[in-house]
Amino acid sequence: MRDVLLLLAVFAACVVESVEALTIVLAVGLSRGWRSTLRGVGAGLIVLAVIVAALGPALTVIPINVLRLVVGGLLLVFGLGWLRKAILRASGWKALHDEDAIYARQLHAAQRAKTDRRGLLGDAYAFTLAFKGVLLEGLEVAFIVLTFGANQHNIPLAAVGAVAAVVLVTVVGVAVRAPLARVPENTLKFAVGVLLTAFGIFWGVEGAGGSWPGADVALLPLIVFVLAVALAAVAWLRRQHVAGDAESSLPAGVAS
Amino acid sequence: MTGGLAAALRGFGAFWWDFIVGDDWRIAAGIIASLAATAALAATAVAAWWLLPLTVVVLLAGSLRKASRNRS
Repeated sequence: MRDVLLLLAVFAACVVESVEALTIVLAVGLSRGWRSTLRGVGAGLIVLAVIVAALGPALTVIPINVLRLVVGGLLLVFGLGWLRKAILRASGWKALHDEDAIYARQLHAAQRAKTDRRGLLGDAYAFTLAFKGVLLEGLEVAFIVLTFGANQHNIPLAAVGAVAAVVLVTVVGVAVRAPLARVPENTLKFAVGVLLTAFGIFWGVEGAGGSWPGADVALLPLIVFVLAVALAAVAWLRRQHVAGDAESSLPAGVAS
Repeated sequence: MTGGLAAALRGFGAFWWDFIVGDDWRIAAGIIASLAATAALAATAVAAWWLLPLTVVVLLAGSLRKASRNRS
């Protein structure tokens, strides 16, 4: 079961980040030309692959309890970060990630930037933007692949989940040639946040020397627990948001 | 040290701070403290598994409350 959850978490995290990277790559490619943009994408993917290939074997020689403690802590920080953002968006306190608006901004900036040709890179602006977009969006996924995979002793499975997501988003992106604004990014982010947080708690406790009642079976109720807390937080913040809107719409002097 | 190198190092540090710590440093600090407390508790005869889930609820609620207050 842990392997299925590992695959799902990595796949969903990678879909979210790939959609964001695709928006940048499409805006740059369609406005500045594809040659330099694709070189930037390729360079970004190579750097990510080198990070996974270099750190993956290194992580597997760390004692398992130390690894679980560090990985549990990192997953908790990442997971709570994703969950916090997804809860604020779902409850109306933060604007939803709008791929169409981001695409329009990137396209406008790319069309206005001057062309600076540099040797093999070609158009340096297109190369750099595509490289940075792929590397920065992919770095968090690379960390998730490494940490999840190393803890489960199955980095290849985690990598398969990530590659499958990249391929899927790329194929759909090439087919529609537009930002994938219909992908329910916040729902995916919410689900990934729940899974990362639950795994982080589970491994954090084991790494710190504690043990779970029921051992591995405790993971499922833990996921349900984190999900329930997150949904309760959305409901709580949504009520506050609605109450705040109602108060601010009252005539001046009526609101306390 | 040249100004350019110092700026590059600052940028590098800021990138990793933002990447690992994120929007609210209290969450990262709370998790480190809670993992240490869990390890201390696990070294005794008392069950330690309950502490981290409880801390996560408190940290998340505190961070969300602060974020919503800042935006209202």
